Amino acid sequence: MTELLRRVGARTLEGLRGVGEAVLLVARILRAAPVVALRPRLLIEQLYAVGVQSMVIILVSALFIGMVLGLQGYYTLSDFGAIEAVGTMVALSLVRELGPVVTALLFAGRAGSSLTAEVGLMKATEQLSSMEMMAVDPERRILAPRFFAALLAVPLLTAVFSVIGILGGYLVTVGMIGIDGGPFWSNMQNAVTIRGDILNGVIKSVAFGFLAGWIALHKGYMAEPTSSGVSRATTLGVVHASLAVLGLDFLLTALMFE
Amino acid sequence: MTAVEQGEPLAAVRGLHFRRGGRSIFDGVDMTIRRGQVTAIMGPSGSGKTTLLRLLGGQLHPHGGTVEVMGQEVPALGRRALYRLRQQMGILFQSGALFTHLSVFENVAFPVREHTDLPEALLETLVLLKLEAVGLRGARDLMPSELSGGMARRVAMARAIALDPVLVMYDEPFAGQDPITMGVLVDLIRRLNDILGLSSVVVSHDVHETLAIADHVYLLADGALIAEGSPAELQASADPSVRQFLDARPDGPVPFHYPAPELAEDLAGRRRP
Amino acid sequence: MNQRLVEIGVGLFVVAGLAALLVLALQVSGLAELRQGAGYHVTAKFENVGSLREQAPVSMAGVRIGRVEAIELDPTSHRATVRMRIKARYDSIPADSTAAIYTAGLLGEQYVGIQPGWENEHLGDGDRVTDTQSAMVLERLLGQFLTNIQE
Repeated sequence: MTELLRRVGARTLEGLRGVGEAVLLVARILRAAPVVALRPRLLIEQLYAVGVQSMVIILVSALFIGMVLGLQGYYTLSDFGAIEAVGTMVALSLVRELGPVVTALLFAGRAGSSLTAEVGLMKATEQLSSMEMMAVDPERRILAPRFFAALLAVPLLTAVFSVIGILGGYLVTVGMIGIDGGPFWSNMQNAVTIRGDILNGVIKSVAFGFLAGWIALHKGYMAEPTSSGVSRATTLGVVHASLAVLGLDFLLTALMFE
Repeated sequence: MTAVEQGEPLAAVRGLHFRRGGRSIFDGVDMTIRRGQVTAIMGPSGSGKTTLLRLLGGQLHPHGGTVEVMGQEVPALGRRALYRLRQQMGILFQSGALFTHLSVFENVAFPVREHTDLPEALLETLVLLKLEAVGLRGARDLMPSELSGGMARRVAMARAIALDPVLVMYDEPFAGQDPITMGVLVDLIRRLNDILGLSSVVVSHDVHETLAIADHVYLLADGALIAEGSPAELQASADPSVRQFLDARPDGPVPFHYPAPELAEDLAGRRRP
Repeated sequence: MNQRLVEIGVGLFVVAGLAALLVLALQVSGLAELRQGAGYHVTAKFENVGSLREQAPVSMAGVRIGRVEAIELDPTSHRATVRMRIKARYDSIPADSTAAIYTAGLLGEQYVGIQPGWENEHLGDGDRVTDTQSAMVLERLLGQFLTNIQE
């Protein structure tokens, strides 16, 4: 019994230590913002790696999710004789929820895992250590540009995701099923508001970008410097980032849409 | 360089204590690294040689004693001062630790780009000169994955001397290399040290190669210094611990077995349910 | 990877992202329609606006002629002041028209419907529609229905 208690206590302390460590790390990264601003090239390289290279998966997923939404919306709404609302339904689901959440999940899987693996491998092969010995702070030179790239890339990817998704819904309902395109757009425009829906979606996506970049980099930076340690960190990074995104989404939704 | 300047202490370790996970790695070690010399630190694997380099570079903090480099007490330095000090040190990690996403040229250029604002043309000249010094100017466009182990270490050497440091530290530069490459590396370490007026610390367990280039040798075992002196003095030593290491005898004062209870006791114990 | 290609790629990416945000703002939330055509403002006071929202349509004979721009509580009369922007080309709405809040379908969004009056005077910028009919609130309807039965 005491053994169990001691183990639970040790686990709890270890968890708290991890959280504290992660918070301190992100604080140091945020303080490095001026360093990154002075060297935009570093940021551009990382935007390419996490942003541009995530475009294909975002475009394809968005198109299919939008098409599915359109199809499901049509089936459900036609029972109520409210087919005109399908545009509203597709747009609201995407802008408020699916756009930010699915983009963040895809980002965690595509870009986040590669960030964790890259940083973890740099640690395991002593690249970070040797950088430190060259009087270059790896937190500023390696972590900070990657973090800010994630912070910028996720909102942009989310916007692209939502637009392509709506287009996918339009293609299925208006293009294939043949409902009238007029009410599709006009009802959507009546229902979707700039401040209530779109801005809140953008806020969510920024928060998710922060979370995804932060967790991925923390896992990589603190990975055990062995190949098994790096692979475990990569897996854990994706799992934790996904759970954190979903949890935060619930909180934000509860706060934003009363 | 005059003889007095030559022997002047550059870095010193006094009464060093360091523990890791309850195990004592250093237990009161004294050491002096002199300007212009190649100082070798030798000892069996696990005797804390790499740890010593990290202590000198300020990546680890000692649990007791002092670590002084260029007149500065390393563990007491703030981040800024420590980074300034590190700019005058070069280190070559065992794996080479080249940046895998950068070409050979960019690897050597990295510290220069980070710490100076040299115009591109000047930077190129500087980097090519460093690569020439290690004989790899022709490999400038290769990626680290395309290099052999020995070449990777030479590139790492060029990177370590890119900013013309005062002190260069080599962590196991010969480990796992073929005899020809070893010869090349031995020669390079000595030549770079003398031509560029560096001071070098070589951490190694390769007896033959290390003794060939060292001016002064420290022999570590079990967290303590068991011998020091010039290579000739060490070779002449009759101390059983020194002889065991230099002559590569499997067992002796440095035990073959990791500390354990008696075998019979251990086996008997296991039979208990 | 060629540095130039990287930069072009990132440039494209950022432009695409910002363009997508713009599309969301203009096409999806319908800000664009608000911007185009100056239009003029008309206000109306209602006893109760129900669940009428900003950006809800204002229509006449089923044709959308404008949008609700703001809904506020008048502190003195304790009634809701609804400010509407009517498109500029619908400039001949009789001054004695009436405004009512309707629901599209059984469960749909609420909108403001305008019934034309007979006067020759037209509504202009800043004018007020005086004759209004509030939103139908289900509880109140039921309440009235019940009291009517009891009488």
